[in-house]
Amino acid sequence: MENANVASIETRLSWRDYFGMFKMRIGIGRNKYRAAPGLYKTGTPKPDSPVFVSANYKMSFDLLRSNLAGIDAWILVLNTRGVNVWCAAGKGTFSTRELVKMIKKVELETFVSHRELILPQLSAPGVAAHEVMKNSGFKVKFGPIRAGDIKRFIDNGKVADAEMREVTFSLWERFVLTPNELASRLKVSFLIIAAILVISNIGNGLFSFHWELYRGIFGSAAYIIGLLSGAVIAPLFLPWLPGRSFAAKGALTGLVLSTLFCLFIHEQLGFMSVAAILIFASSVSSYVALTFTGATPFTSPTGVEKEMRLAIPIQIAAVVLSCALWIARH
Amino acid sequence: MKGFRYLKNVATLKLDSDVCIGCGMCMNVCPHRVFRIDAKKAEIADKDACMECGACAINCPVKALSVTPGVGCASYILQTWVKKDKAACGCGGAECC
Ligand code: SF4
Ligand code: SF4
Repeated sequence: MENANVASIETRLSWRDYFGMFKMRIGIGRNKYRAAPGLYKTGTPKPDSPVFVSANYKMSFDLLRSNLAGIDAWILVLNTRGVNVWCAAGKGTFSTRELVKMIKKVELETFVSHRELILPQLSAPGVAAHEVMKNSGFKVKFGPIRAGDIKRFIDNGKVADAEMREVTFSLWERFVLTPNELASRLKVSFLIIAAILVISNIGNGLFSFHWELYRGIFGSAAYIIGLLSGAVIAPLFLPWLPGRSFAAKGALTGLVLSTLFCLFIHEQLGFMSVAAILIFASSVSSYVALTFTGATPFTSPTGVEKEMRLAIPIQIAAVVLSCALWIARH
Repeated sequence: MKGFRYLKNVATLKLDSDVCIGCGMCMNVCPHRVFRIDAKKAEIADKDACMECGACAINCPVKALSVTPGVGCASYILQTWVKKDKAACGCGGAECC
């Protein structure tokens, strides 16, 4: 047996792995987050041990291996160019072709006596089971969506029940996405805040510097409220916000939060400026929430595009209106 | 997915029942319980839950299903509006690229 050539992997994650996951979550160093493609083993797999297939996105791979503790198994890591299972399947790098290529490259049939592969269910948009069978002789079994269900899946006779096959989007699953929603907007946020500081000074005539800073800070606060509302609050409260449109959900949380803010500061500002803050924060929140569709596992592209055609012109118009009100003051 | 519903009547999913052989593969791969098998034929039980991932269509051995697959991501779609063809997926979530 050529077992000796196959790298053994730990099923326990080190602090380094956790640190890597954390960095990826907050949006730094994600481009280099890869595992080398090839065949690996956990425990001491025998020719009849199961074969799991994974992407070479390190977090997909780490999640898989940390859930294989106590299971003797083979792991075939595909080259998805460091992209996670779901996206790689959508983009065509986690594909029938890549899988068949990898089976041949590592000569999988020399390691195992059976002809069955277990794939994460979320790779199904890229892998046609019947085509893999035709081209490699291996039968594809789609396993559970969440790596955490692998033990149950094996105990269940390698059958994924309805619950294992349905995606979830729990509060925690939404929460871990939010740091990156903010981090990815850091640069553009600085530009926007700089623009707000400039706009807050227009029409001030006499360049009273004290005033500019004052209004600039309130304007920037309105932006930050809109951003937090759209990137954190709306995602967290997603299932409880009324309606189906992400843009509307975001506008609502933005309006609520900016209203709270204005309760504290309305005395320092005129009516128009208060209106400008409410409209601006709501539109920013609406737009940011709309882009959260990209991180959810249930929005259809046709639906998102439909929503965008309606929402984006309104958001742009609202931002223009709020700027006009802000400049007009009083 | 209880609590999570997206826009109604937009999904491009179509099933040709005459061609379907009732193998159940679509039911296995769909992450949203869109299908039901009834009398050896697949049925679309919950079309509005479809996120157009394309898993069912590519895995149907007799091509009874069709859907326009894609990513339901506003940043991505925005890029395709601006650049027409080559858009890089800019969204950040773990569920996405
Ligand atoms: S995969 Fe195709 S043939 Fe099989 S049940 Fe679904 S629609 Fe019918
Ligand atoms: S496209 Fe995806 S979500 Fe829609 S029915 Fe097919 S498998 Fe289910």
